[in-house]
Amino acid sequence: MKFTTAIQAVATAGAMALMMSTAASAVTLQLHNGGDPGTLDPHKASGDWENRVIGDYIEGLLTESPSAEAIAGQAESWDISEDGTVYTFHLRDGIQWSDGTPVTAGDFVFAFQRLFDPKTAADYAYLQFPILNAEAINSGEITDFNELGVKAIDDKTLEITLNASTPFFLEALTHYTAYPVPRHLVEKLGDEWTKVENIVGNGPYLVKEWLPGSYVRSEKNADYYDAANVQIDEVYYHVLEDQAAALNRYRAGEFDILTDFPADQYQWLQDNMPGQAHVTPFLGIYYYVMNQQEGQVLSDIRIREALSTTIVRDVIGPDILGTGELPAYGWVPPGAANYVENAYHPAWADTPYEERVEHAKDLMTEAGYGPANPLTLQLRYNTNDNHQRIAVALAAMWEPIGIKIELFNAETAVHYDALRAGDFQVGRAGWLMDYNDPSNTLDLLKTGIDQGGTMNWGNNYGRYSNAEFDALMTQASTELDLKARGQLLANAEKIAMDEFAAIPIYWYVSKDVVSPKISGFEENPKNIFRTRWLSKSE
Amino acid sequence: MPGLTGKDQVLTTYANKLASLDAPKGRSLTQDALRRLARNKAAVVSIAILVLIIVTAIVGPYLVPWGYAQVDWSNIRKPPNFEVGHYLGTDQNGRDMLARVLQGTQMSLIVALVATLVSVTIGVVYGAVAGYFGGRVDAIMMRFVDIMYALPYILFVIILVVMFGRNPVLLFIGIGAIEWLTMARIVRGQTLSIKEKEFVEAARAGGVKPFTIIMRHIVPNLTGPVVIYATLTIPEIIIAESFLSYLGLGVQEPQTSLGTLISAGAPVAEVMPWLLLAPALVLVTMLFCLTYIGDGLRDALDPKDR
Amino acid sequence: MLAYAFRRVLSAIPIALIAVTACFFILRLAPGGPFDGERALPPTVLANLRAHYNLDQPLIVQYFIYIWRLVQGDLGPSMVIDGFNVSQLIAIGFPFTLTMALTAFVIATVVGLLAGMVASVYQNKWPDYVLVLGVMVGVLIPNFLMAALLQLWFGVYLKWLPAGGWVNGSWMHLVLPVTVLAWPHAGRISRLMRGSMIEVLGSNYVRTARAKGLGERLVVARHAIKPALLPVVSYLGPGLSYLLTGSLAVEQVFGLPGIGKYFVTAALNRDYGVVLGTTILYMFIILALNLIVDLVYAWLDPKVRYS
Repeated sequence: MKFTTAIQAVATAGAMALMMSTAASAVTLQLHNGGDPGTLDPHKASGDWENRVIGDYIEGLLTESPSAEAIAGQAESWDISEDGTVYTFHLRDGIQWSDGTPVTAGDFVFAFQRLFDPKTAADYAYLQFPILNAEAINSGEITDFNELGVKAIDDKTLEITLNASTPFFLEALTHYTAYPVPRHLVEKLGDEWTKVENIVGNGPYLVKEWLPGSYVRSEKNADYYDAANVQIDEVYYHVLEDQAAALNRYRAGEFDILTDFPADQYQWLQDNMPGQAHVTPFLGIYYYVMNQQEGQVLSDIRIREALSTTIVRDVIGPDILGTGELPAYGWVPPGAANYVENAYHPAWADTPYEERVEHAKDLMTEAGYGPANPLTLQLRYNTNDNHQRIAVALAAMWEPIGIKIELFNAETAVHYDALRAGDFQVGRAGWLMDYNDPSNTLDLLKTGIDQGGTMNWGNNYGRYSNAEFDALMTQASTELDLKARGQLLANAEKIAMDEFAAIPIYWYVSKDVVSPKISGFEENPKNIFRTRWLSKSE
Repeated sequence: MPGLTGKDQVLTTYANKLASLDAPKGRSLTQDALRRLARNKAAVVSIAILVLIIVTAIVGPYLVPWGYAQVDWSNIRKPPNFEVGHYLGTDQNGRDMLARVLQGTQMSLIVALVATLVSVTIGVVYGAVAGYFGGRVDAIMMRFVDIMYALPYILFVIILVVMFGRNPVLLFIGIGAIEWLTMARIVRGQTLSIKEKEFVEAARAGGVKPFTIIMRHIVPNLTGPVVIYATLTIPEIIIAESFLSYLGLGVQEPQTSLGTLISAGAPVAEVMPWLLLAPALVLVTMLFCLTYIGDGLRDALDPKDR
Repeated sequence: MLAYAFRRVLSAIPIALIAVTACFFILRLAPGGPFDGERALPPTVLANLRAHYNLDQPLIVQYFIYIWRLVQGDLGPSMVIDGFNVSQLIAIGFPFTLTMALTAFVIATVVGLLAGMVASVYQNKWPDYVLVLGVMVGVLIPNFLMAALLQLWFGVYLKWLPAGGWVNGSWMHLVLPVTVLAWPHAGRISRLMRGSMIEVLGSNYVRTARAKGLGERLVVARHAIKPALLPVVSYLGPGLSYLLTGSLAVEQVFGLPGIGKYFVTAALNRDYGVVLGTTILYMFIILALNLIVDLVYAWLDPKVRYS
């Protein structure tokens, strides 16, 4: 034992000396990451900012390829049972945490149990609810964690049982909620394990420093199984929420990659830095919700139709935002996997604008509103330049049909608090898909769940409710045939959209700026580009 | 925020001078003071420009071809174009910048006036009460003012906005309500010396109520400090408002203010300079004028030169 | 004087407590909470989080828990930044804010005093106009705009200076932020100094000194500067506290870690502990500064007596 420790110490010292000698030529990636990550704990993370840091220092059973497709990660291979409910993963040989402890199937079992443990209060636990008994454990119905459908057969073999066949499950495993955590450390330190002085990882990079408000810094993990092919030695994930300032720093050569840029500068970027700005379709929808609770004005489908049909969506992306986002008429983003070929497209979308306005005016009259009795609606959005522009544009578009809009903006916390409380009439919302499957956006329109007398509407802020829609969604969740399942989901989409359950505005795009010095960056619909695939030339 | 323009010191110096003189002082803007002000070229020019800006901001919106919330769908984010009447160009929503600058100037002025009025009112009443009643009341009230000076105001304003939402009136009543400290101190000093005067003693002996005495004999003697205070406070509020706008806590759309326009124009200074230049120019000009007017008034009302 | 200082500190405690209390309740009454993000949390998760931070207790109980911990020197956890508690955040951010504010303070005070003196000596001649105009620009242009313009000009066009960020020990990274902070402060100091110098230069004893045949330079150096400093000194306290709270926009644009930025981010995200912690820190600093200034003032001006 002592001997091996000594060898390890020598090896570490040697490695360190090597690192020091190459420090002068170390390649550093300066990545603009947006806001401050709220946490480094994969089970508590909830956004892109955390994902970029966490996904570089921990690796799940599967990981993302340069184009963000699911590929082998800590698991080398896997078998799937005939009925698609049992997955058996075989871990790689020699994988270890950065403190030298081997990564075992037990770490994964522990991690999943921790994820679903109500005490962990993981924001995104629901993403792994396809796993057997996950939901019941997370809600506290089952208290014996051994009933969870994640089992270690031996140190190298992990078996995951699902409730039902789930076509996107392998992809869901690339999500940080499915990452392993170092059991030996978490059991010793509890939540303190993610403090920079304690943290260990099994990914290509290791977090070394976190200066809130400024940056997180990670260094290459020499013990990573693919370390030989990892080009970048050090990554700074910079915090800077002022996008104009971020672009200035990019132009000054201080950042290599921007993960967002001000839309107003898109034309300028194309003219002055051709090829560096990447605007790519992003799996997500920007939409407005309408409060359809009983007694609310917008429970009247005629007014909802008048609102949705009089929005000139073509003008929003190219003119008002300036980045050319494509107009949205349906609910499932184009490019979503496991879906039907021809997307939902309503007939009214092709009628001339004037006709649509006339029709909307008639609808308003039918609903009892007109010049003598105009309708005033309050429109809420969260404080942000782009949201503001769209809100102002919508108000102007609805003026001709006799609707007066009062704009009301508030910071994110207040805005979503109001949406969830049903304290709004029309409100801005958006959804980026967690995994590439139509059910991820369609679930937003499912009727709430009755929980002991109070309805939990989750993310269905408008409280749209249609029994037929719900039935189709349930039916789709157990349908094994992907084609049939896609059709069921498409039928559900049609029902909701024909009833104007919400107002889709545009399909999201991701906006990155990548320096010509960086190679290995591939545009992809998830906008995930792990540092291990990138390289930088001076 | 006390300290923003150093107005505390300016006013305190001024008040000290007032206190060092005997006899009726700080009388309103006498002809004498006006004559001296008229000799100050910078101040006169500043007044002229400021009046011009104010009149334009009030009358202008009726004369320009576009409304400040009106969208011109065929001219989105376009530079100045005289043919279609967008003399200062349009913003990203196709709204006329001239109309918006006029509306923004109006809003900034209103907001500054309301806040100043609130702080003057509170300051005068508080200071007069403390000074008039003196003794323990005075000691406690002034201790409170001392400590209030130690509060980080801008932070409180931010907390207030977070609390009340983006309501300009409420917000600037809030700012006014924490801006009054300097005013209170000076009014108290004035009151302390005036209340010893014979005419006040006589009034008191005649059974006149304290409130009436304060209003009739003390407040009219405060014109000088109040005028100076106001010219120094208005720029402070305008700057504070622009800072809040930068944090996204400004007025509610479609209304706007100079601060909101500038914080929207700053990031696009290169690609759409017309969004930044006009509001920034108006703001800086206005603040320059107010500064010169403040200086001029201080000199003109300087009790030492009488 | 010591007794005076002691009494002032003591009397500040109840008011500070009132301010903390007001702050605490205003924050809690404000709509929205620390866990209201873009996506709804499952009710069980929300309940767990709230229990974890004692948010499920009655407000008054939470208040007493907070005060009790505060008395023990514990500012509590950050509810939004998971890896840090409030004391740690302050320990990281405050040195940055302080370094920036102090550097700006020293530079601006020296520059402001010099500019004010020169302007007053050349009253209404061209150096006066140029200086007044130069410093006023710094006072009147909103600092977030100034920061953005300087960043664009010196960081992007000329590439003379880093456009932002922080590298340990690099003074180059401090130049732009400190300039943005210092400029308005220098403007205010120079205005005060100019005004008070003009007054002193016109006073009887300076006239006497001149009549004695002393050269103008000696008159200024020996007789005018010291009395003219008094109003400026009384501004230094509020001035420094303004620099400390005013660092906020600078930290935002240049991406620096600092308590001003922590405060704003926390206020918008309803990170109650961080808002309260930073507010308390600011209050403490401003109280201390005011006290120091008063003591310095008493030392400079023999007429002032504290008993």
